[in-house]
Amino acid sequence: MDELATALAADLDRAFPEVVKRLGPRLYWGLRRMCGDPQEAEDLTQETFIRAYRALGDFDRRRFEDLRLTAWVWTIALNLGRNHLRDRSRRPVFVEMHDHGREDPDLPDQRAWDARFAALNRNQRTAVVLRHVVGLGIAEISQSTGRPEGTVKADIHRGLDRLREMMEQDE
Amino acid sequence: MNIEQRLQDLTGPLPDGLSEGVALGTGIADGYDFYESPVGEVAVTFNPRGVSSLSLASHDFETYFAHRYGRRLIRAKAPSAWAEQIPAAIEAGTPGRLPVDLSPVTPFQTRILRIAATIPKGEVRPYGWLAREAERPGAARAVGSTMARNPIPLIIPCHRVVRSDGTIGAYSLGGPHIKWELLTYEGADPGHLEDLAEHQVRVQGNASTHIFCHPTCRAIRRSKPGNVVDFKSGRAAEEAGFRACRLCRP
Repeated sequence: MDELATALAADLDRAFPEVVKRLGPRLYWGLRRMCGDPQEAEDLTQETFIRAYRALGDFDRRRFEDLRLTAWVWTIALNLGRNHLRDRSRRPVFVEMHDHGREDPDLPDQRAWDARFAALNRNQRTAVVLRHVVGLGIAEISQSTGRPEGTVKADIHRGLDRLREMMEQDE
Repeated sequence: MNIEQRLQDLTGPLPDGLSEGVALGTGIADGYDFYESPVGEVAVTFNPRGVSSLSLASHDFETYFAHRYGRRLIRAKAPSAWAEQIPAAIEAGTPGRLPVDLSPVTPFQTRILRIAATIPKGEVRPYGWLAREAERPGAARAVGSTMARNPIPLIIPCHRVVRSDGTIGAYSLGGPHIKWELLTYEGADPGHLEDLAEHQVRVQGNASTHIFCHPTCRAIRRSKPGNVVDFKSGRAAEEAGFRACRLCRP
């Protein structure tokens, strides 16, 4: 069992803020890239952590031992993201104008990247973000998405090709 | 720069307030905000289970809270569903539909506090009455210590609970003078209650209806002054042929 899992098993309330600190930035920015909306990404990040906390409260020793924390948290996040998307698709669709005023101005061309990622299909977008923005390994992505490793690799490959094409056109 | 490197650079820090939002949403920390009350500004804390404490804003409530509950506090807005219920509960002196988190006290203490919350505004009840209502007639002292540990004074109106001898007694929210101030504000006239206590008047009866009440019960206070008879105990009233009021169950 890794150090953080041991700490969580010993005292969840005390150790959980460390989970938020370590996983939070990449979780937020990964979701931010996947959904293209800062507010929705914040909501999803918060809800993911709250669900993770509640689930950990019911864990026994063995589940803590088997826990692969980052992949597990992303499983929760992706499920929530799917439900959000489903809820959104039932509502009438408008052209959304996102307020990017809250974003860090030092970060490069957010809007251009939103447009590029939006052009990928969902599996490619998820796989590319998890691999190259979040930095997960192929095995972890396979666990989080429930897709075979070979398929994940192919999604990443095709997704990167499309992003490259779009970047060349933009530049 | 190749695309993989550019994608790696697309992350940044966590947005402001997000880790606080997680701490509040999980209940690892409680939120707090300030509200007006009849005795000045108060700090109310809340978590996903409900309102968890109330203190005078002038008091060092953050240190006290961390010490007593072992959680930290974050300045926050109350959940929107409770935003109007909190000031209403403070004004009414009862939770109403506002959820309260009494998890730090024992089940017996929770029962006592729930009973205290039923005492109407402008009325008071002695410790012994709460003990009897909780079907623990011998537990008057335990009622007293429960009141001292009430996490949510004003909203759980322990100021409406007086000592078994009828005197006003202590108050955890800033001392007995605050209790006097509150009872006066609610129309219970603590000076008059202390007078009755001094003369050992515990219940009062109406000579025309032959019903006896706690001295602050709305039924006896509606009686003509000439009809009011003082008794030292409920038993003395019963022996004189009076029956107990069904509203205040003395």
